[in-house]
Amino acid sequence: MSRSSLLTEPTTVSEEMAGVRQDFPVLRTQVNGKPLVYLDNAATSQKPVAVLDALSRFYREENANIHRGVHHLSERASDAYESARGQIGLFLGASQGYTLIFTRGSTEAINLVAHSFGGTQLKAGDEVLVSEMEHHSNIVPWQQVCRSTGAVLRVIPVSQGGVLDLGAYERSLSGRTRIVAVTHVSNAIGTVNPVRRITALAHAAGAVVIVDGAQSAPHLSVDVRETGCDFFVCSGHKMLGPTGIGVLIGRDKILQDMPPYQTGGGMIARVSFQETTFAGIPGRFEAGTPPIAQAVGFAAAIGYMQGIGIDRIGSYESMLLTCATERLREAPGVRLVGAESDERASVLSFVVEGVHPHDVGTILNQEGIAVRTGHHCAQPLMEKMGVPGTVRASFSFYNTVAEIDVLINGLRKVQEVFN
Amino acid sequence: MGDLTQLYQSVILDHYKNPRNCRSMEHADGQAQGYNPLCGDQLTVWLKMQGDRIDDVSFVGSGCAISKASASLMTLAVKGKTGSEVAAIFADFHSMVTTGADPDTSPEKLGKLAVFSGVSEFPSRVKCASMSWHALKEALGKTISGAPPTTQPAQSPAKPPGEEPL
Repeated sequence: MSRSSLLTEPTTVSEEMAGVRQDFPVLRTQVNGKPLVYLDNAATSQKPVAVLDALSRFYREENANIHRGVHHLSERASDAYESARGQIGLFLGASQGYTLIFTRGSTEAINLVAHSFGGTQLKAGDEVLVSEMEHHSNIVPWQQVCRSTGAVLRVIPVSQGGVLDLGAYERSLSGRTRIVAVTHVSNAIGTVNPVRRITALAHAAGAVVIVDGAQSAPHLSVDVRETGCDFFVCSGHKMLGPTGIGVLIGRDKILQDMPPYQTGGGMIARVSFQETTFAGIPGRFEAGTPPIAQAVGFAAAIGYMQGIGIDRIGSYESMLLTCATERLREAPGVRLVGAESDERASVLSFVVEGVHPHDVGTILNQEGIAVRTGHHCAQPLMEKMGVPGTVRASFSFYNTVAEIDVLINGLRKVQEVFN
Repeated sequence: MGDLTQLYQSVILDHYKNPRNCRSMEHADGQAQGYNPLCGDQLTVWLKMQGDRIDDVSFVGSGCAISKASASLMTLAVKGKTGSEVAAIFADFHSMVTTGADPDTSPEKLGKLAVFSGVSEFPSRVKCASMSWHALKEALGKTISGAPPTTQPAQSPAKPPGEEPL
């Protein structure tokens, strides 16, 4: 079935996406004698054959270290690495005025900014704003840099329904605000934050904005330049690519003045025992041998997503999320957590009354269903929501409506066990 | 494949829904907290000693059915026991939930705790079953009379490999 006929109307969508499932070998796995229902996509996505092949082809045919090699393979590997940078950058809108730096993942990208920008720019009394719905990876690096610089970490509150309090945000901004670090999409409850507005307000106050796109880039069309933020991070493995690679997209004007995060080979212009001159961007921030094959695999993943179309992916997943939300809302004894935002993407958090999320997860696993349970690396948000943790189902375009039925039936089984 | 009915036996569900000795304690002789950073589960265990024996033991915490039931049944199993007796029970319990050792080989020690034998089929849940025991051991260590023997039982390493936080 041709991909161009996808998403013509909701009832046929899941059947037509069946073709897409063939591209993901792991989806044929049986778990406890049942077909795998993989609903843990916010933790990591599965990988299509196109990515597996790209990795294999690189290692079989092009593998060499990059840069400064005059031999054939090194030139090919360098080309592959740099063209991956170009392709991924284009996909995310890192054009004019922005540079894409490869990192180990979103976490390292945030740490890079916290260390190299925050660590050198923040002074005692300055303020860093983060939202109450951040993943620990967008809290802890800022907390640490505030501790070492004397800056103050402030929190933008989130409502019980999971919506960022923009009024409180606006009131928090002042001449002391230097950095605003917010997630584009919450990994725990799926809320999509208005990052364009958040950025405009921060800029008006003279602050720099970093957007955590780990959960948005796999599901929404992202255009960093259009968003206007100063830094944007995301991870390859959540976007059908390999683990061990992510990106930091930063505004050239800011990056150029930032000191290196790590030092070593590959990031220098000239080294003597007395002194080192650092390379320009992006090389300055890519010390050591970078994740070359992973960059190639990540680019193949982007190519695969482009083949389907990110907008189609987004609208199909949105249909799945709406369907799952309705079904879970109707399910007796199930309560959605923080799902009141008008705009949500891919993630649904809930609790089964009287049953701890871990027990729910264990019983669902017996039915072949993979969900994540616990605090989702967002303990402050869980505390705000008044739950020790939740069950999180997170969707990708290779999931189906039929799998949502399996989830609903699995939840009935949970309630039978605990009756 | 683990058997769900083995894991969630009615005794476990009963102790989850109606945990025994689930209360805080004033003037305790020993107190310790258990915490699982993986899932955020936590509990506090309190002890009152009478000589070298546990006179009273209680707990409060939040957690899954396995961890709550384990804490509840633990309180029943260790009341009146000495530190050494508790260490021996924990060693057998631990061996049962990690390696699937047959609880019937030491029925006089494990008794009702045998309901946790199904846990060994679910490696990710071992920590839930043993969290309260680790806390109890620490609480005992804080009391003078209940101090555990200086040598560890061979079957019970202090930090079993499968239980390290990630």
